[in-house]
Amino acid sequence: MMKIVIGEGSCGIAAGAEKVYKALDAVRDGFELGITGCIGMCFLEPIADVYNEKGLLLKRLVRLTPEDAPRVAAAVKSGDLDSVKDLEIKDEDAEILSKQTRIALRHCGLIDPEDIDSYTADDGYKAIEKVLKEYTPEQVIEVIKTSGLAGRGGAGFPTWFKWDAARKSPGEEKYLICNADEGDPGAFMDRAVIESDPHSLIEGMLIGAYAIGASRAFVYVRAEYPLAILRLKKAIRDAEEKHYLGKNILGSDFSLELRIKAGAGAFVCGEETALIESLEGSRGMPRLKPPFPAQKGYINKPSNINNVETFANVAWIINHGGEAFAAMGTETSKGTKVFALTGKIRRGGLVEIPMGLTLRDVIFGIGGGIRDGKKFKAVQMGGPSGGCIPESLLDTVIDYKALSATGAIMGSGGMVVMDENTCMVNMAKFFLDFTTKESCGKCVPCRIGTKRMYEILDRITKGEGKPDDIEKLETLCTGVKDGALCGLGQTAPNPVLTTLKYFRDEYEAHIGEKRCPAGECAELRRYRIDKDACRGCTLCARKYPVGAIAGSVKQPHEIDPEKCIRCGACYDVCRFGAVVRE
Amino acid sequence: MKENNIDLAFIRGILREYEGDDHALIEILQRAQEHYGYLPEEAIYEVSRIKGIPPAKILGVATFYTQFRLRPVGKYLIMLCKGTACHVNGADGIEKAVSEELNIKDGETTEDGLFSLKTVACLGCCSLSPVMMINDETYGSLTPEKAKEILRGYKARGGDAE
Repeated sequence: MMKIVIGEGSCGIAAGAEKVYKALDAVRDGFELGITGCIGMCFLEPIADVYNEKGLLLKRLVRLTPEDAPRVAAAVKSGDLDSVKDLEIKDEDAEILSKQTRIALRHCGLIDPEDIDSYTADDGYKAIEKVLKEYTPEQVIEVIKTSGLAGRGGAGFPTWFKWDAARKSPGEEKYLICNADEGDPGAFMDRAVIESDPHSLIEGMLIGAYAIGASRAFVYVRAEYPLAILRLKKAIRDAEEKHYLGKNILGSDFSLELRIKAGAGAFVCGEETALIESLEGSRGMPRLKPPFPAQKGYINKPSNINNVETFANVAWIINHGGEAFAAMGTETSKGTKVFALTGKIRRGGLVEIPMGLTLRDVIFGIGGGIRDGKKFKAVQMGGPSGGCIPESLLDTVIDYKALSATGAIMGSGGMVVMDENTCMVNMAKFFLDFTTKESCGKCVPCRIGTKRMYEILDRITKGEGKPDDIEKLETLCTGVKDGALCGLGQTAPNPVLTTLKYFRDEYEAHIGEKRCPAGECAELRRYRIDKDACRGCTLCARKYPVGAIAGSVKQPHEIDPEKCIRCGACYDVCRFGAVVRE
Repeated sequence: MKENNIDLAFIRGILREYEGDDHALIEILQRAQEHYGYLPEEAIYEVSRIKGIPPAKILGVATFYTQFRLRPVGKYLIMLCKGTACHVNGADGIEKAVSEELNIKDGETTEDGLFSLKTVACLGCCSLSPVMMINDETYGSLTPEKAKEILRGYKARGGDAE
C-alpha cells in the first residue's frame, strides 16, 4: 500500500502539520498514514512524503494545508500523482538536500521517531551490538580518536579525550550526561535530533557509557522542548523493552540506566559544571575548574558530558569506522556539522555539511541568500558567545580554528543571517541584554561588567552615546573576558568585539552623527513628508499623538522636526508611501 | 502556616515519591507548579518542612530558573519568543502589538485573569520567526496584525475554551 508520511517536528507542527495529518486521516482510503521528524526544510513546512509499497519516495509535497487533503488523498489512491504536481517541491528547493552530507541527521525526516522498529530497520542499535561483542572500552575510545570527533556543543573539545579522562579517573561509580539544554537562541539542531531520531542519541550514549564505564546516565533537556521530552521518554521505554537499555544489555555484563531531567530555564546551565549543579537540584552556578567533571562531576563522582549532536554521530562512526568520519572535513576539524540557518535567509532550516565548506557555500549555495532582494550584511554565529561575520569574510571555511580567527566561534551551530536593515549596534545590545539576564551572578566581572556594557550600548542606540563610549566598551570587554569565571562571561563580550571590529562605522554614526545607518533604532530615525506623494488626506495628522504634523485637507502636510517624537505612527498609517523614513 | 485554599495533600504525595532522593528539588518544584499552576508559598514551606531544606534555598532555586513563578498566571500564557532569529525578524513589533492589544507588559497578567505575557529567549522554532506560543499552541511567521487577530480569537473564546 502507498504511504503518506507527514513531517511532525515542532516546526512542522507549528506550521500546521498536525492539522494536515488529521485532514488526511479523515479522508484516508487506500493508503497508509505515518509521521516522521524534521527533514530540515523548515521554510516548506508542512511537508508530506509519498512512498510506494516498496518504501521508495515518489513525491515530496510541500506547504500543505488541510484543504489540500482530499486532492492529495485522491491522487495517492488513484496513483495519478501528477494531479498534485503544483504541490510538489521545486527542483531548486529539493537541491538543498543533495548539497548536504547527513550523519548526525541521517535518519531525521526519514524514520518514524516514535517507532523503535523504524530505527532498527535502518541499522539502528547495530553499533552497540558490535561494540559489546567486539570492542573493549579502550578500543571504542581509539575509534573515536581516529574519527577526530569534537564536541558539537560549541567548545570543540576532542570527544575521545574527555572519554579517556573519565575512563581513567579512579572510582567505580561514574556518570554519563547528555547536555540537551540547547540555550543558544537561534540553534535548534538538538531539538530536531531528539524529536526526529531519539534512538540515535540513546545509542550514542550507550556507546559512550560503555567506553567510560558508567552505568547511570542522564539527558538534561530544556523544559521548553515538550515534544522532544515526550518522544525521548517513549524511546527510552521502548529501548528498555527490547533490552537495549537496563540490566545486562543484549546479554552482556554492561548495564545502563538512562533518565531524563528537565531543565528549568537557565542559559548558564549549558556550562557543564552549572549543568551538574542543576542536576543536583541547586541553582545552576558554575564551579571552579579544576577539578574537572571527569574527576569530580555529578555528586562528586567522575562524569562526562557531551552534547546531543556529538552523541548522534557516535553510532555512525562505529558502523563506518573512524577513518570514514575523519576523511571528511579539514586538517583540524573532522566530519560534519549541523547548522540552523535562520534570520533573513530565503531557505531557512537545518543543514548538515562537511567541515571545510565556506560560509558562502552554506548561506548562498544552500540557503539561497537573502530574502526579499535585500543585501547581505552579516551572519551571527555562536549565539551570545559568538560574533558577527561580515561579507568580506564570507569565504572563511567552516572549521573550528578558521571561525575562531574571525572573532566568532563555531558554537552550537546557529547561523542567523542579517541584511542591510539590521543595526549592528542594536544586535550587540540584544546579546548583552540576553547575557545580563542570564548571568548567574556568581562572579563580579560578568554580573556587573555585562550590565555596564549593556547600559553603554543602550544609550548609543538611543542617540545618547558619548565620544569615549567605544573606548570604554573595549576596556570593559577585556576586563570581562579575562576576569569572568565561566564560559558565559568569558565569551559575553564577543558580540560587542566583533561588531566593533567589523562595523565600527555604525557605532561612530550612532555616536557622532546621531544616525542609525540601518534605520532600525527608533530614537534615531527621522521622518519627513514627500510633498509630491502626499495627497493631503490628513490621516497622519489625525493619528499623530503630539501634533507635530501640520497641513490642511488636500494640501501637502509637513512634519515639525522639533516636535516629532519619532514614534513612526505617520509612517505606519500613510497609504501613499509619502512619509519618508531616514 | 495558613493553608488558604492550597491542597497540600498533592505536594505531600510528591514528596513521598522522592523520599531519600536529595537531588530532586527541581523536579519536585516542576511537578508542584504543573499541579498548582505556580509555586504557592504554602507548598514551598511544606517542601522545606518535609525535605529539611531551608525555605531560602528553595526560593533561591525557584527564582533562579525562569520556568518557576510565584504567582498564578492567566488562563492563556503567551510565551513570546525574543531569540536572535525572532529579533532579526521583528519580535519587538510583535511584543508591542501584544502589549497594545491586551494592555499588559512582559510578566503581567490581564485584569480578567485571561492572559499572561512572558517573553522567552528561544522556543527553537527559529525558521518560523517571529514566533509566540499560547499554552501549547505555536504560532509562527507573525506580523503585528496577525498577532492581534490571534489574540482576538482567544478573547472571543473567553474563559470557556480549552
